[in-house]
Amino acid sequence: MQAIESFEVPTPPKVNYINAQYGLKSWLLTKDHKRIALLYLGSVTFFFFIGGLYAMMIRLELLTPQGDLLQSTTYNKVFTQHGIIMVFFFLIPSIPATLGNFLIPMMIGAKDLAFPRINLLSWYIYLAGGLITIYALLAGGVDTGWTFYTPFSTTFSNSYVVATGLGIFINGFSSILTGLNFIVTIHTMRAPGMTWFRMPLFIWSHYATSLIMILGTPVIAITVLLLAFERVARVGIFDPALGGDPVLFQHLFWFYSHPAVYIMVLPGMGVISELVANFSRKNIFGYSFVAFSSLAIAVFGFLVWGHHLFVTPQSVYAGMIFSFLSFAVAIPSAIKVFNWTATLYKSSISYDTPMLYALGFIGLFTIGGMTGLFLASLATDVHLSDTYFVIAHFHYIMVGGTLMAYLGGLHYWWPKISGRMYPEGWGRFSALVIFVGFNLTFLPQFVAGYLGMPRRYHAYPPEFQVFNVLSTAGASILGFGMLIPAIYFVWSMRYGKHAEANPWHLPGLEWRTQSPPPTENFEVTPIVTWDAYEFAPREETEVVGKFGPELERI
Amino acid sequence: MIEAHATTEDVHAHPALQHHFENMEQQREAGTLGMWVFLVTEIMFFGGMFLAYTLYRSLYPWAFASASNHLDITLGAVNTGVLILSSFTMAMAVYFTQIGKLRPQVWCLVLTLVLGLTFLGIKGVEYYDKYEDRLIPGYLIPSRPFGPAVQQEGQPFDEHKLHLLHGATVRQVEMFYWIYFAMTGMHALHMIIGAGLISFLIYFSLRGRYDPEYHSPVEVVGLYWHFVDIVWIFLFPLLYLLGRHLEHG
Amino acid sequence: MQSWIPLIPDSASTFSWKVDALYFYLSGVTLFFTLLISGVLIFFVIRYRRRTPYEIPRPIAGSHKLETLWTIIPFLIAMTMFGWGARLYFEQYKPPQNAVEVYVVGKQWMWKLQHATGQREINELHVPVGRKIKLIMTSEDVIHDFFVPAFRTKADVVPGRYTTLWFEATTPGKYHLLCAEYCGMNHSGMTGSVYVMEPREFDNWLAGNVGTTSPAAAGQQLFQTLGCASCHGANGEGGRGPTLAGLLGRPTPLEGGQSIKPDEAYIRESILNPGAKIVAGFQPIMPTFQGQVSEDQLVQLIAFIKSLTPGGTATPSGSPAAAPAASPAATASPTRNIR
Repeated sequence: MQAIESFEVPTPPKVNYINAQYGLKSWLLTKDHKRIALLYLGSVTFFFFIGGLYAMMIRLELLTPQGDLLQSTTYNKVFTQHGIIMVFFFLIPSIPATLGNFLIPMMIGAKDLAFPRINLLSWYIYLAGGLITIYALLAGGVDTGWTFYTPFSTTFSNSYVVATGLGIFINGFSSILTGLNFIVTIHTMRAPGMTWFRMPLFIWSHYATSLIMILGTPVIAITVLLLAFERVARVGIFDPALGGDPVLFQHLFWFYSHPAVYIMVLPGMGVISELVANFSRKNIFGYSFVAFSSLAIAVFGFLVWGHHLFVTPQSVYAGMIFSFLSFAVAIPSAIKVFNWTATLYKSSISYDTPMLYALGFIGLFTIGGMTGLFLASLATDVHLSDTYFVIAHFHYIMVGGTLMAYLGGLHYWWPKISGRMYPEGWGRFSALVIFVGFNLTFLPQFVAGYLGMPRRYHAYPPEFQVFNVLSTAGASILGFGMLIPAIYFVWSMRYGKHAEANPWHLPGLEWRTQSPPPTENFEVTPIVTWDAYEFAPREETEVVGKFGPELERI
Repeated sequence: MIEAHATTEDVHAHPALQHHFENMEQQREAGTLGMWVFLVTEIMFFGGMFLAYTLYRSLYPWAFASASNHLDITLGAVNTGVLILSSFTMAMAVYFTQIGKLRPQVWCLVLTLVLGLTFLGIKGVEYYDKYEDRLIPGYLIPSRPFGPAVQQEGQPFDEHKLHLLHGATVRQVEMFYWIYFAMTGMHALHMIIGAGLISFLIYFSLRGRYDPEYHSPVEVVGLYWHFVDIVWIFLFPLLYLLGRHLEHG
Repeated sequence: MQSWIPLIPDSASTFSWKVDALYFYLSGVTLFFTLLISGVLIFFVIRYRRRTPYEIPRPIAGSHKLETLWTIIPFLIAMTMFGWGARLYFEQYKPPQNAVEVYVVGKQWMWKLQHATGQREINELHVPVGRKIKLIMTSEDVIHDFFVPAFRTKADVVPGRYTTLWFEATTPGKYHLLCAEYCGMNHSGMTGSVYVMEPREFDNWLAGNVGTTSPAAAGQQLFQTLGCASCHGANGEGGRGPTLAGLLGRPTPLEGGQSIKPDEAYIRESILNPGAKIVAGFQPIMPTFQGQVSEDQLVQLIAFIKSLTPGGTATPSGSPAAAPAASPAATASPTRNIR
């Protein structure tokens, strides 16, 4: 080893954001968006594993029809906490707070986000909310379901509802501040020449996500606050025995929680746009349509919450309006899927791990999205509401969609973030294992749901066992598959191959600086004269099947 | 799009310019947009409570009228005047900062603070009255659950007693009161935060931190303060002025 | 373990095949698009794989024509799904006028059911084939949900109000009744069975199940003991309080100008919160019975009030329900087959 090394001219160690300063204080009091992104990366991974442990307990219990592994109240706490941790402490922050924080300034040519100290504050708020929630879990847990329906949560549950609610309330501000930061940054800090339509689609989808974050999160904040107020003061807001209205709670809750699912999936769609374009070396087909569809999803997403109330005493006519709008909101997502697929036409596709995740996303998101139509359709929703069909539908979007996008993005930008390459062979292997395991877990649940297996059941009628056994088998494979990247990412930080500035040879702005980047991102503020995915000179751009005026390139 | 004169590396850069901004113009723009976005979130936050108010008022109109009549309209009106005046003094403070007149700027900030604290003081008096009359909802004060004395027919008028109109019940009146406390309480909390921010502004103004080129913090706190004022302008009629045309009890 | 894996549950109501048809249509469209997208993806991924390390394909900006096409077509398909689902939903949630009523009270963690003819059941519901059944449901505590997969229908059961569900069973058999809204510790144990029987067997079951007093008869007793008769008259003819006979569905003007059509929820509200909707021309003097009557008793009072005919005497007898109550609400006798 020594002899070979002596032949190579050592490259002078470059100062980057990781080695610029050492010491715990430099990390915990950092204002650098890239360091904050890593702080988030560590914390969301931590919460993901806790949520995953709960998932494992659920699937183990459901191997047999009897409730024999856990007591029923314990099981009720386990599924509640699985939902709360995964939704509020993993899915909502995952892509925006890690990849978004890291990349948004770099992709627009800025030195940092608009408000770096607020960025750090939002991480501390996230941590505070998370720790309070963990305290609630350890102190005894919460068993209301992540949806906290009243009057069970206000009056009948003997669990730590207020503490958990407080944790979620505080965590909401982390979301709001992140969204605020992104909006202001994207509006005011783009480098010269970086017009709106030259921005990567990753930015567009994070902008749309941020709109939802700032408009929706305050509503869940006040809802949780009122819930806690009712529980503590025994006032009748949502409890009918005290004069309140339980359906009001459901409206307030879902007014946020439906847009929340778009907070969870839009960033993933942004990642997929990046992966599909960059690993097929082609600009996204229909760029402006994909950009506007993100905004359309954000707007329409606020108009459909009533589809969670089709079997409640909500008016039949209101139900029809919500159903119509729920179908409408599916259309922009379909447009994205078609555009991503069309991008691959006559492209140059490489089979790197990020591309495998992107392909998996497109297929699984299609299934997830289309099974959503069963639930948007009123008559089928009546039968399928509160069954395993719903669970399968949203896991296809959240895991088959968001998680796949997150993993794909992590692999893609890992060289930029850490300066190291992950092992490609293991990357592809684990992507495949995850894909297979995931489908085996959740596909049987569609069938079980239509057959009538309800959600949140600790014990179930024996005829559903075969589906549950298949599902648990799949979950073990999925769990195993997800451990592999956890291991090799950590491994690569020490032993991985050093990455060059632009290991994938791509035109994006984030690749035009060293890996890992210096603290101020760019040595010189770039002046942007090229489009988002410009692999080839502009003159060669072809417009296929057009009618009407030339598709103007801005 | 953004002109790059006086960047951070430039020795003539304003001392308050943050390292990640190109120039003061960009910094000011970002700060102002940030506050506007934050105010939008506040609208959504209060919006949930306005929704609950709308729902329960439509369900229990007479109870809401009874309870609203029972609030002290004089104190409420005085508070409204105080707050509107404080918005004016705040706007003047921003103006004086923009033209660089330090003494009037500080005076206006101090006046705004004093008016804000007056508002809070009067609110405190109102809250105390509610506490006395056992109108704090539910078991928020465990030793003193909701249980106001009700005006009986034929008894002499007692301003501490609740006069129930047309079939309203005490339980429905309690609905009004939790909404009242939730909304005015949340509003008061925002005012306390605002008072804190103004105190910071006074301190830093006296140290000469703000000048015509850098007055964004004053402007941004001004925006916040105006928003808090506007919320109250909605709250006052909705809470205090229901059914006033009816027999005042 | 079964030897075959079913894809759809038993079909036992007039809704079942209709919902299944829509489900198969949705599944077909889903399968089609999934195969289409996956197929095209796999084809492209193989056909356009990278062959040389430095190749750059010719960029394509987009196509307005394609965008329009793949916006309009999915939208039209979505509208067919919406229309079909909405129409069927309207049918599912608008109970027919002549349905036989069964009262359901859900509580942690059991179902209490009472037929209009008096039979009480716990966690079981016996119904005849071919009769339209309407469930009027409420909860004593938290939100539950009455779900019968074989009937393809469910509805939330909410405390503080009544919700309804209707069906017409088609196939005899025993079917799952499941609670489908999480309600606490024993949510998964809040299950039961719906027994659909041929009309003859159902009659036998009715006769063999001499139940306690019909809800209307029990309601009549409550009406006296709680003092309702003193203002509303022993037969609901009115007096200091409004007439109750023939109340349901009769347009009734209220104090304050508006007019309503009384339903079960109105009666319940008026008993618990009399000042809320006072009939025009009457004083707000009715006392509240909040805390004095249980949900079961409310259901009985409502059943009694519904049985009152204007100008007639109250009809339900106190005897067990071998003789069906001749109340207008509980329509046909069990032997007559309503279709």
